[in-house]
Amino acid sequence: MNKNNLILYIGILIFGLAAPFIFPAFKVQLSILCILIVLATTWNIQGGEMGYNTFGNILFYGLGMYLCASVQVGMFFPLAEWTESGGEKTFVHTPTQFFQGMAMGLVVAAVVPTIVAGLIGYAILGLRGHYFAICTLGLGVAAGEISGGIEIIGAGQGFTTPPFPNVGGLEARGEFFYFLSFLVLILTFVAVKAIYSTRFKLILNAIRDNEDKAEAMGIATMKYKIIGWMISAFFCGLAGGIMGGLVGYIDSTDVAFDGREMGVFMVLMAILGGKGTLWGPVIGATIFHIFKEGFWTFFLGWQYVALGVLIVVIVIYFPEGLMGWLREKYPHRFGEVVDEADRKAQVEIK
Amino acid sequence: MDFLVFQYPMITVQACLDGILLGVLFALIAYGMALQWGVMNIINIAQGDLVILGGYIAYFMYLYGIHPAWGVIVAPIIMYFVGIAIYKLVINKVVDRDLFISILATFGISILFMQLMNFAFGADVVLANSHYGTTMLFDNNVVLPNSKIFSAFISILFAVCLVIYMKKSKLGRAIRATAQNARAAKILGVDTEKVYAATFGINAALCGVAGALISITFTIHPYMGLPYTIRSFMIVIVAGLGNLPGVAMSGMGLGVFEEFADYILGTEFRIGSVFLLLVLILVYRRFKLSRKREYLK
Repeated sequence: MNKNNLILYIGILIFGLAAPFIFPAFKVQLSILCILIVLATTWNIQGGEMGYNTFGNILFYGLGMYLCASVQVGMFFPLAEWTESGGEKTFVHTPTQFFQGMAMGLVVAAVVPTIVAGLIGYAILGLRGHYFAICTLGLGVAAGEISGGIEIIGAGQGFTTPPFPNVGGLEARGEFFYFLSFLVLILTFVAVKAIYSTRFKLILNAIRDNEDKAEAMGIATMKYKIIGWMISAFFCGLAGGIMGGLVGYIDSTDVAFDGREMGVFMVLMAILGGKGTLWGPVIGATIFHIFKEGFWTFFLGWQYVALGVLIVVIVIYFPEGLMGWLREKYPHRFGEVVDEADRKAQVEIK
Repeated sequence: MDFLVFQYPMITVQACLDGILLGVLFALIAYGMALQWGVMNIINIAQGDLVILGGYIAYFMYLYGIHPAWGVIVAPIIMYFVGIAIYKLVINKVVDRDLFISILATFGISILFMQLMNFAFGADVVLANSHYGTTMLFDNNVVLPNSKIFSAFISILFAVCLVIYMKKSKLGRAIRATAQNARAAKILGVDTEKVYAATFGINAALCGVAGALISITFTIHPYMGLPYTIRSFMIVIVAGLGNLPGVAMSGMGLGVFEEFADYILGTEFRIGSVFLLLVLILVYRRFKLSRKREYLK
């Protein structure tokens, strides 16, 4: 790591730590931004590095959300009664119970989706290309439909997560969730950066470029694909758990397994920033979140129409994303050596 | 959840007949999907939304006092031009690109259509009443709405017409040639761009017919599109591309499966079971295929 990079990282860290005090009104938005970056970065492990375009990471996100809230409630109170009482709370968490439950819930929300990803991954990671994409799309929607029919987690009427206890003043809730999500963001980024500097990333890229050849070279592709998906699931579960507490209300198809929104957002953010790069999803998520909030504010009511148009425009005109565009423009900045004569001699074959 | 299915055999008959009549409609939608998948190598996630849009055309005719069955003729004509418009605006830019790009682009179209329909027609579940009455069978134990029989009949009629058209007409030959080898077809003077547009238009028209029939026999709602896409995708992968009897059979099989899932698991799990079935079929397919590649291990 050279000096410039170190300054950049320290700068981002300081900005991240100071952000809730600089923009106190946007604490919730900043927390959501952190979650979105986590989702985009983990999607990039599949979609960008491995070449497996999944719509199914939303499954782990929703699973984490439900598990975290269920554990947080179920550790101290009967879960069925909690969900039955709906909005009227008959049980109140003490601060200790709330934080203990949250910690335990996040552990469960990270571990169980990882295991689920391992099991499902074994079954469906053998599918290629569009079969995999549609299969994961089906998984996400099926999870939403099925969880909407299960009584104990609130079925159709939803699940209210425990309210934040009355400690530390008015600002405590926002700050708590912001720092929690920022912590997860840093964890994710560090983990992904560490992974990308190892042989593991090269194997993932080999799978993307030509899976049969990678297999023929003696790489147990299945094993690495599953491990890659489990890493994604781990962080998606964590992100989901935090998001559940942040939103305060879980609905099966509109919040948790929201394939139509969050499930597409993570793909879009990674593509907008440039898939297959470390920084692409981060930049893409930031730009996307700002745009989205703008849409939601100025085109209220038309936001989904704008979203549909946005998807089509991004996909058609910026399939390589921002980083891809920069790479095209300034290749030497990305450590690529370009031979001008070679470049001129290249003829596009159609 | 109850097990009426086993106690009263007539319910089994009812479910089977319902399922088959429903399955014929699914097969019609799946035929459109197989057509464009085979010709253009595009999986259209917006397929279901085109179906729903066709349904709303018939519903509006019903609102203005025209019998909704005429929607079977009007909807495909309108939808053909909608299909051409979508092709010209979006699809022709993604047609020879990565498959995932086309999936995502059509996903965007799907969201767009869903929301526009939600604005234009409201979020109510609607149906166009055809006043066709019902037919009683087996001592009045099995009730079949005549509209379902009508819709199955019309679906088969359209499918047969399309098959004959594809076999005999010049455009049909061009479409089949492009499906076999687009490059060779281009060399031999087929305007593939036109063929693609026509294929997408025909697909949208088929969706329009199916939608009009669905608005007569069942209900339509702006957000109900995606399950139709998934169903047709499932039918196509089970049957294989270009296997028309297979499409019809697996369509009916899916219809029967759904009716039984509805009776046994309960209506709230109906859509969920369809999506789970898709996952199971794909997983089965993956293990079946992986047996062929054992030598790589």
